[in-house]
Amino acid sequence: MKIGVIVFPGSNCDRDMYHVLTDVFKLDAEYFWHEKGLPKNIDAVILPGGFSYGDRLRSGAIAAHSPIIKDVKKMAEKGIPILGVCNGFQILVEAGLLPGALLKNTSLNFMCKWTSLIVENNKTPFTNKLKLHQKIPIPIANGEGRYYVDDETLKKLKKKNQIVFRYSEVVNGSSDRIAGVCNEDGNVVGMMPHPERAAESEINPIDNKPSSLIFESLLTTIGVKN
Amino acid sequence: MAIFNVHVIIENKPGISDPEGETILNDLVLKGTHSAISKIKTAKMLKFTIKEKDKKSAQTRVKEICDELRIYNPMVSKITIDVFDS
Repeated sequence: MKIGVIVFPGSNCDRDMYHVLTDVFKLDAEYFWHEKGLPKNIDAVILPGGFSYGDRLRSGAIAAHSPIIKDVKKMAEKGIPILGVCNGFQILVEAGLLPGALLKNTSLNFMCKWTSLIVENNKTPFTNKLKLHQKIPIPIANGEGRYYVDDETLKKLKKKNQIVFRYSEVVNGSSDRIAGVCNEDGNVVGMMPHPERAAESEINPIDNKPSSLIFESLLTTIGVKN
Repeated sequence: MAIFNVHVIIENKPGISDPEGETILNDLVLKGTHSAISKIKTAKMLKFTIKEKDKKSAQTRVKEICDELRIYNPMVSKITIDVFDS
């Protein structure tokens, strides 16, 4: 069982993600540089946070055309679990794997703070160990984190159960307080907050268990744990 | 073939808030004596230099590039393309 962590020029949460996967959850993970392909024996793919290509043009827009994205798209079609966190979420949106857009926060500030999520869909590969409407204390760290969808797309997201996480309060002006969404099949998930910064008690002053369950869900999905 | 300068303006679609433009309006312009101003919108402009046979072809080609490479996100943005002789 191997998890691929994709590294783009400007990724800066790749090591945090790798640490959580390997040291905390004892998973076999490997970094993959964005110019390389992904091997076929990968069981899940994670696009970590950061500032790929220095957010030039707009967050995620250039990394979305990196060579490795072709393989990510193939894996998405096969149903392999794919998680994008923060800039990884922005890249999945810009690559067309998830709907919507991420705009500048209404405050115009880079927001780095603890917030709280509500689980809206616990059927995805990354949320199946969580309870519906469970709260997750978790940090955000972004400047372009305001998720936007038009009314028509929002209706479709609700109908197809594609809203995975909502903020428990208005944080940055996101449509319908959306913090994370999935594709129609549910195997591709994107979220702005950082579960890899909240899954250990040493760095989570509130409760690390809910964020741990995001990774425990993945373990269950790929058959490492029941 | 000739060289053309093609300006692509990327801006939010109508109805999508532009907090940067609102801040420039409310916290800078309207705090002075410029009460005649009612709206400011921010946008990003890309300037392409392109070799094409005429202005129309230059415009079409740049539009195709913008769509193909998702230079703008059609969920939130629209583009305006202007072509100039170099």
